[in-house]
Amino acid sequence: MIFDYETLKFIWWLLIGVLLIGFAITDGMDMGVAILLRLVGKTDLERRTVINTIGAHWDGNQVWFITAGGALFAAWPMVYAAAFSGFYFAMLLVLFALFLRPLAFDYRSKLESAQWRNNWDWALLVGSIVPALVFGVAFGNVLQGVPFDMDNLMRVTYQGSFFGLLNPFALVAGLVSVLMLVGHAGMWLQLRTDAEVASRAAQYGRYALSVFVILFAGAGLWVANLDGYQIISMPDTQSYANPLAKVVTTSSGAWLDNYSKMPLTIIFPVLAFAGAIIAVVLSKLNKPALGLVSTSLMLIGVIMTAGAAMFPFVMPSSNNPNISLTMWDAVSSHMTLNVMFIAALIFVPIILTYTTWCYVKMWRKVTQDEIQNNTHGSY
Amino acid sequence: MIDETFVDLSRLQFAITALFHFLFVPLTLGMTWILVIMESVYVMTGREIYRDMTKFWGKLFGINFAVGVATGLTMEFEFGTNWSYYSHYVGDVFGAPLAIEGLMAFFLESTFVGMFFLGWQRLSKRQHLGATFLMAIGTNLSALWILIANGWMQNPVGAEFNYQTMRMEMTSFAELVFNPVAQVKFIHTVSAGYVAASMFVLGISSWYILKGRDLAFAKRSFSVASGFGLASILCVILLGDESGYEVGEVQKVKLATIEAEWHTEEAPAAFTAVGIPDSDEQVTHAAVKIPYALGIIATRSLDEEVTGISDLEKKHEVRIRNGMIAYEYLEKLRNGDDTAENIAKFDTLKDDLGYGLLLKRYTPNVVDATEEQIQKAVKDSFPRVGPMFWSFRIMVGCGVIMLFVFALSFYYNAHRVIEQKRWLLKAALWSIPLPWIAIEFGWIVAEYGRQPWAISEVLPTFLATSSLTVNDLLLSITGFVIFYIILAVIEGWLMLKFVKLGPSSLHTGKYHFELEKADQQLNQGAQS
Repeated sequence: MIFDYETLKFIWWLLIGVLLIGFAITDGMDMGVAILLRLVGKTDLERRTVINTIGAHWDGNQVWFITAGGALFAAWPMVYAAAFSGFYFAMLLVLFALFLRPLAFDYRSKLESAQWRNNWDWALLVGSIVPALVFGVAFGNVLQGVPFDMDNLMRVTYQGSFFGLLNPFALVAGLVSVLMLVGHAGMWLQLRTDAEVASRAAQYGRYALSVFVILFAGAGLWVANLDGYQIISMPDTQSYANPLAKVVTTSSGAWLDNYSKMPLTIIFPVLAFAGAIIAVVLSKLNKPALGLVSTSLMLIGVIMTAGAAMFPFVMPSSNNPNISLTMWDAVSSHMTLNVMFIAALIFVPIILTYTTWCYVKMWRKVTQDEIQNNTHGSY
Repeated sequence: MIDETFVDLSRLQFAITALFHFLFVPLTLGMTWILVIMESVYVMTGREIYRDMTKFWGKLFGINFAVGVATGLTMEFEFGTNWSYYSHYVGDVFGAPLAIEGLMAFFLESTFVGMFFLGWQRLSKRQHLGATFLMAIGTNLSALWILIANGWMQNPVGAEFNYQTMRMEMTSFAELVFNPVAQVKFIHTVSAGYVAASMFVLGISSWYILKGRDLAFAKRSFSVASGFGLASILCVILLGDESGYEVGEVQKVKLATIEAEWHTEEAPAAFTAVGIPDSDEQVTHAAVKIPYALGIIATRSLDEEVTGISDLEKKHEVRIRNGMIAYEYLEKLRNGDDTAENIAKFDTLKDDLGYGLLLKRYTPNVVDATEEQIQKAVKDSFPRVGPMFWSFRIMVGCGVIMLFVFALSFYYNAHRVIEQKRWLLKAALWSIPLPWIAIEFGWIVAEYGRQPWAISEVLPTFLATSSLTVNDLLLSITGFVIFYIILAVIEGWLMLKFVKLGPSSLHTGKYHFELEKADQQLNQGAQS
């Protein structure tokens, strides 16, 4: 083993974060693009330029989401088990929405019919806005604690309902999620399309980022008054995974404790705000490439803000806080974490290399002329 | 108490989603290689017809691939949504190959599939061929890792139960990867995928030849498909899955039920070609037996026995009784009575814990099971013989027919007389559904045959579920069925449309409908 158990547990907390960030920056961007599709593309040709900016990449990007699911299963099996069965209908909603996207991308431009293409454009919109919203809502619920319990044989039972998930705080979190992805996508489209499409995308992107800044600040204030979770006592962090052996209390505003305990973590919310605001400025100055870097930093900031606030909690239980799942005690065995760490060490650099190669090869402004000249070879 | 309806619905949903997903996977597995072959010929010879073949079959591949991606999403998350106790109980082992599948295979496949479709103008010939090749490698690697995961469900090696965490934990990653059952399954399954793709291309090319359309295009496609298909079907049959049935207890159960081998026969056992299995009497009526065949198929030898159901039952009964004691000690350990003595005792018996858990169906405490309940659990430790017996024979029957179709296609194609053999072209066309029938029944043999276990000898299926309700499942199954029907209808319709259009759909101006149109225009021009 390269690292001891405690270190590996922490590395996997970071790696799950990396996967979520990879998902937001790539697949999240595709979702933002699809949400903007009907707004920034008024004609079929315009919409095709929008779709073809991500045409060659959406499938590879989506694998960040799939792999995040697989890694959750492998590294935090109890979280995978509790979250997906607990959020059963939310998860199904995401799945059914995601069914629409592969078909929409691949089938849309195969036929000339305007009705056919229009329907698939709606499918892309629904298939992208629903998951973007639900992921935010899920985060919002996790921050408030999830009503689940666990027996001595470690069987999870969920006591909440689907509609219970749609509470005001969670809906704000959902909006934050949609807006940040739309803002990010706006920078991408400003960079990769031209003429009116690019300027409309930039405009909508800046709107989205501005509202995001307000809502993210609002959500932050809300969290300050939300019941946060704190560990009173727990087994040694080197010991085997057992979420049943700790004592947890809740108190108002406890989610902000980590920021005073570890002041360096303040960098994450700062990154989220600054990333969004600077991106708006860069977009205005017509520097969308830097704008895209800026929104990427914003996404890192947002995800790490939530992660750092909750650390070491991953999925607190509002029903029975003592059995809340943390990154210390809801994890896989030392050997599995080690094997998976080595796999990630080998494959993540390889993935980043060939993904970059593909982006470089496909890099250009997608223009209406290009689509017209290659109408049967484009999406 | 276990709610049987709920368990059955959980299984039904998994079966629907897995079987539906697996309608689209085999074509992807094989088609990627067919595309690699076609494009390689294009790059080597520079002949454009091979580029057109790559693009056209690639179009059909893409229509299929989209639904494969969509329905694959379900599979990645369904263990968590519907089998949450399973996810907890074996996630430490089972999750690893799934995550590695994502890292090693899905990224590769999905990244380069985009380059395959949209990179024609932006990549050099060789680069594009490279992208196609990496897409094929990625696709096939994903089959490897998911079958390593599935192989572990059939024969759970390299892992041990840990009472402290109340789950199975990995003890050897190498054993997990080199699980003989997984290796055999991988070869069998990917070859079956190659057969499906070959039959698809062979059948559709035959139809073009029968119609006298785009002959040069169709005959070249036919050649590729018949050669690749023959090699693949030989691989499926000769390296059949059954060679893995001697490894692991549950695999033996499968073999005995497939064969309706009620009692151990002296080696080498005869193979029952057809018959009517009768579970109550434990006999097969009207059996037609082929001497020696089962012994050779199953054990690859003439002197090893194939264990019969009645002998397996006796073994299972012993293990269920051991499992009851194991469960008793597990409870002690879980309740903090973890003396060295109790741990030692539990360790000697824990391999039979799963058999003890079979009793949970009848009594939640396990240890107080009555003699009658134990006997019921023994009976439960087998899948029903009828479905196993018939599913296997349907699968093999389809395989044998396909062997003939591919062999004759290859032979007559090599002699360049395929156009005259219209009966064979028709047979090839009508054989298109056969690989899918064989594959779906093969899934039933492998996965229904694993019952009553989710993880063989470790975790009974009825314990592996999530804590949902019957109504939850009715709702989700309805959702899946509606969505999947919509997906299937759109996919099927579009596929048919493009199959009918043929290579004319490439808009190169060189193929049937475009030439026809050009002719008409020419004629009209001459008339006016």
